[in-house]
Amino acid sequence: MSNSTDTYAVPGVGAGLLDVYRRRYLLKLIVRKELRVRYRGSVLGLAWSYVKPLVQYVVLFFALGIVLRVGDQIPNYALYMFSGVIVINFFSEAFSNATRSIVSNAALVKKIYLPRELFPVASVWVAAVHFLPQLIVLLAAALLSGWHPDVMQLFGALLGFVIVAVTATGLGLLAGAINVFFRDAENIVDMLMMIVTWTSPVLYDWTMIRRLAAPWVLTIYQLNPITVAVELFHWAFWYPTVDQPVELPPHLLVTGFIGLGMAALFLVIGQIVFRRLEGHFAQEV
Amino acid sequence: MGAAVIVKGLKKTFNLRHSHSMKETLVWLAKGRKGDLTKKFDALHDVSFEIQSGETVALLGFNGSGKSTLLKLISGVILPDQGTVRTKGRVAGLIEVGAGFHPDLSGRENVYLNAAILGMTEQEIQDKFDDIVAFSEIEQFIDTEVKFYSSGMFLRLAFAVAVHTQPDIFLVDEILAVGDEPFQRKCLAKIKQLSDEGRTLVVVSHDLDMISRICDRGVVLSSGTVQFEGPADQAVAWLRERN
Repeated sequence: MSNSTDTYAVPGVGAGLLDVYRRRYLLKLIVRKELRVRYRGSVLGLAWSYVKPLVQYVVLFFALGIVLRVGDQIPNYALYMFSGVIVINFFSEAFSNATRSIVSNAALVKKIYLPRELFPVASVWVAAVHFLPQLIVLLAAALLSGWHPDVMQLFGALLGFVIVAVTATGLGLLAGAINVFFRDAENIVDMLMMIVTWTSPVLYDWTMIRRLAAPWVLTIYQLNPITVAVELFHWAFWYPTVDQPVELPPHLLVTGFIGLGMAALFLVIGQIVFRRLEGHFAQEV
Repeated sequence: MGAAVIVKGLKKTFNLRHSHSMKETLVWLAKGRKGDLTKKFDALHDVSFEIQSGETVALLGFNGSGKSTLLKLISGVILPDQGTVRTKGRVAGLIEVGAGFHPDLSGRENVYLNAAILGMTEQEIQDKFDDIVAFSEIEQFIDTEVKFYSSGMFLRLAFAVAVHTQPDIFLVDEILAVGDEPFQRKCLAKIKQLSDEGRTLVVVSHDLDMISRICDRGVVLSSGTVQFEGPADQAVAWLRERN
């Protein structure tokens, strides 16, 4: 018996996210399962993750850019908008699927012990897989507009991605755990996702908020990790394609690291709440 | 050898009322029906015993006596309200055959997924894959989606994965009623083999004849407490007297 040890373990008590890292092969299989199951029996398969954002994008661009002419003050508005929209898409898919992940894996949660953090984390990975094609479309669009980023801007994009992934994992752990006890959580999250597009400068730019709101409101607005990530994406993918002077929010990298700090805080809170509630998952789900 | 499973002063209580909606909960609280939210049921009460390493132990009792709850506590699926459970080595719980199987995945994908869920590494799964398929006797359907399997094929594959996970402690809940008679014999032989290899087995079953054949010891539960503990055939006799 190669696996026997001399120490006694307490069944059902794991090391949380650390266990997810230890069992990353299982994580990989769960992510693959989720992707396979999502597109079962569909002709287009993964291509749906191109089609859906594309349609959404065309609608938004037509309505806001052409009909309402929001983009008149923002040069290269199409690219500006798209680089923000894909951040929001990634965040809302990751967060809302992570919220449902424990309940939708109830059959497994009830019968076999495994680190339950695997499910929300897998949801975030699945969202990241869907994010990739959108990123490719964004890169193509940026290149067509004469994109020439520097290294710091590319680092900014990476930082923005990490901020969103960590925030979604943290909030997903929190809401996913609460959703086991109150299914209201998933509706609350759905509602938040309708708001989140508007609480970040995705369809308009941040100077509009500065014009309208008190300075402390602007500060809070800019501390939102999703806002931070959206601005970092603007800096990386849109700003290098613009040849006229535009005003970016000041100290982008500093706010970037503050955003990362906020994301880490969400992760810690999510993990703590998740662990406190986890013991009751199997009997309540 | 020492004990593989130590259970001490175990107590488990379940809520009888479940509300998954905040509105309902608030309404109940407002109407002074708080009692409804907190109505409890004691599934297990002060249960203590030890299982020695290498032993095959049966948990016996009628429906609702707390056997499955106890097995879930040992596997870690649920946590006790009082008392402690300690286990030594890798535990694989078969609370339900095929719990981790997904109907839309092929047999092959399900083998990988399920074996990983039960704690096997990638290398172990690759090494054991052919054995698993051979044991299940469904070679020609292994790349078919599981939803097209007959129930017998499904159970065979699930059982084959479980018995190849090489756990130190193997928890078995009512799964030996798998497949036709030849396959059942094969399963029993495999269980015997696992036990001969020195693994610890905890079996829950209502098939008392089988239990007295394969188990060393029996623990009889009734209304959440241990009523009898001793050699398997005596435990079975004790239970039959009260039938």
